[in-house]
Amino acid sequence: MTVLLSELSVLGPNGTMVEPVSAEIAPGATLALIGESGSGKTLTAKSIVGLLPRGFRATGAVTVAGQELPVGLRGDDAAWRRARGRSVSLLLQDPFTSLTPVHRCGDQIAWTLEAAHGHRIPRAAKRAQVEERLAEVNLPARVADAFPHELSGGMRQRVAIAAALASDPQLLIADEPTTALDASNQAEILDLLRRIQLERRLSVILISHDLGVVRGRTDDVLVMRDGQVVERGATAEVLAAPEHPYTRALIEADPVVAARSGARISAEEAADVAEAEALLVCEGVTKAFGVRTVLSDVDLTIAPGAIVGIVGESGSGKSTLARCIAGLEREDAGRIVLSGEALAPGRGSRTPDQMQIVFQDPYSSLNPMMSIGAILAEALGVAGRASSEVPAMLEMVGLPAEFAKKRPAELSGGQRQRVAIARALAPEPRLLICDESVSALDVSVQADILALLARLRDELGIAILFISHDLAVVRMIADTVTVMWDGRVVESGPCHEVLEQPAHEYTRLLVAAAMRENAVPADGKD
Amino acid sequence: MVAVRVLGVLGVLFVLSIIVFAMMYLAPGDIVKNLLGNRPMNPDVVAAVREQYRLDDPVVVQYLSWLKGFLTGDLGESIRLQVPVADAIASRVGITAALCGLAFLVSVAVAVPLGVRSAVKAGGWVDRTGNALSILGLSAPTFAVGLLLLYVFAYYLPIFPVYGGGDGGIDTLRHLVLPAITLALGLGAIIVKLTRTAMLRELESDYVTFARSRGLGERLVRRIALRNAAIPIVTGASLVLTFLVGGTVLAETTYALPGLGTLLQDSVLFKDIAVVQSLTLLVAVVIAAIALIADLTYILLDPRVRRQMGAAS
Repeated sequence: MTVLLSELSVLGPNGTMVEPVSAEIAPGATLALIGESGSGKTLTAKSIVGLLPRGFRATGAVTVAGQELPVGLRGDDAAWRRARGRSVSLLLQDPFTSLTPVHRCGDQIAWTLEAAHGHRIPRAAKRAQVEERLAEVNLPARVADAFPHELSGGMRQRVAIAAALASDPQLLIADEPTTALDASNQAEILDLLRRIQLERRLSVILISHDLGVVRGRTDDVLVMRDGQVVERGATAEVLAAPEHPYTRALIEADPVVAARSGARISAEEAADVAEAEALLVCEGVTKAFGVRTVLSDVDLTIAPGAIVGIVGESGSGKSTLARCIAGLEREDAGRIVLSGEALAPGRGSRTPDQMQIVFQDPYSSLNPMMSIGAILAEALGVAGRASSEVPAMLEMVGLPAEFAKKRPAELSGGQRQRVAIARALAPEPRLLICDESVSALDVSVQADILALLARLRDELGIAILFISHDLAVVRMIADTVTVMWDGRVVESGPCHEVLEQPAHEYTRLLVAAAMRENAVPADGKD
Repeated sequence: MVAVRVLGVLGVLFVLSIIVFAMMYLAPGDIVKNLLGNRPMNPDVVAAVREQYRLDDPVVVQYLSWLKGFLTGDLGESIRLQVPVADAIASRVGITAALCGLAFLVSVAVAVPLGVRSAVKAGGWVDRTGNALSILGLSAPTFAVGLLLLYVFAYYLPIFPVYGGGDGGIDTLRHLVLPAITLALGLGAIIVKLTRTAMLRELESDYVTFARSRGLGERLVRRIALRNAAIPIVTGASLVLTFLVGGTVLAETTYALPGLGTLLQDSVLFKDIAVVQSLTLLVAVVIAAIALIADLTYILLDPRVRRQMGAAS
């Protein structure tokens, strides 16, 4: 039943993408593959299911329960059809895209059942089996008739797990299975996977960039970087005593670890902030979309030069609040006051030097047809500044002046986000709003961007409203934190107070999820 | 939501009907003279025309009585054919409908499978041949394709008749084959491109990777992808379907088919205003109906839209 990878490597159009990897996974055991994007962990996973992109091929061998997978063959080879599903299945990151939106969930699970049986199953028997599979992932039978868009993210990922396991594979590869989910769903999905895995004696390869996911839930770990395994061993040992500098850097960059050790980027004293006259005051801000109230009676104060964090899950209203402040949405009621001057709802009353937003996705917020220099020159022009300041803007965000000639496609995610920050700073705003600005980035890049934001605050004296679903990230940068839930502020105060003595139950839940305290199994393997 | 959409269509048609009605006044020259056409002018005839079109009443009354006539099937008299317009249209609508239907059927039946095949084996010989054919179909003018097909399949290889509408049944079908292919080429070219692009995008998506990783057969995977791609394909196809209406004029002229296209052409040349008005409005109704059907199909194809509709009503 053991899974053996021997000398598995991936060759791409420009040479070797993944150096030979060998590993052994016992039944019921989990191997973690960690590393940042571009480290080759996803290519390794895809080579095991024969779904490498065009132009890539794999060499080496993979044996699942004594049966060798046709690793060297092309993905459309008939040999792969027999192996996929029955020997190995792949669970993808995003439950919003991995299920087809126009088919019912029950059908999607039934397809796997029929593919594994090799023939059609009579309707009644099929329905019974689908309900059985849904029950295994703790979903009611009615989910079979639902379309994916009718379910929450966590429920969809459960359906995907049921679909991936309906063929009863011996090896499941889970590629970042919880990255797209909210904190409270993450732990549930991971625990569900762990339970099913132990019940079925299933071997699992868990791919993640998030050490919190790996910690306590996996037996062994391979740390990958640039297509090479740089460190391997039992998970608990590697995380406790990393040998390779890269592993150490990864662990130090992990916001959870940083938060546990009490490291904070901010140097400002919370007391100083409270005394200063407020830059921005929101009072009783309320907003509804149709019948759904997304913000009810929200108060928020930002002092000049302060970094204020807002945490909450998707749907908590934190982005809507930011958009109301920036004038991108019109609040239904309440007051937004900037430097003592009340702002009317909507964009008409805002000027560029009041506030700027940096969005989550640096891939879509920069115009791909323009050079970096042109993007910055345009923003400077709007503010009435000369384009000769472009090199200075780049330098300010830690990028070399030569980058002005490049286009967004040539830049990494972190570099693009630096450009987006530089662009936002061009009109010299008093308030910078970062809406999940580091969520799409790798952890080490995340840490760099957070450091940059803290430095900009110190140098320019701007205030930053920092919005994130990740409490651990907010803790690294914010002076004060506001916790939102269901359109309301449930708690706010100085960052360390809120985190160390959470008063509201929801905050306690968030803190627990962020610190992964509830994620460590009872045997305390950590 | 559906009711709102239908009301919108009715509103557009109402505005169009005013414009079409205004054609009578916008045509250069004297109204009565235009309405009389080549008939000899004498006071009795002029009085009869003024009476028939209520030219002495206010414009609003004229319009309402004209609209009422249109809604009740009384479309006036064709001055060229000397028969009621309704009869002139009724005797020719069959052949045009058959031509459009056949052309649409042929283009969908060939183009969708070709587009799917091109996407699945992108860069293969089917893809490259399909690409060349669709560039040809898009760029060649309808009358040129028509003449070429006539030359090859009616003159050199006398398989199909050269002109006319046939005597009904199989014979008419035989007469419609070449004009339908002529029309289908341009239409099919667009549908091939649409299908290929939509399928390529769907085949790249996560759910296809996930389906393959679970061991689902390639035929099932393609069916799933096509079902998702159907939404953009149907929208696109319904838009290009409206091109057919303009295309029939050229095809019917080339093949001398006695359909609405030739009727429209002759009536415009003859300043047969009653016929032109009726045909223009008829075309508008047909196009509005196609757009409406496409919207309804959209609801049928996409459960997400269906849900929004349910929530809104």
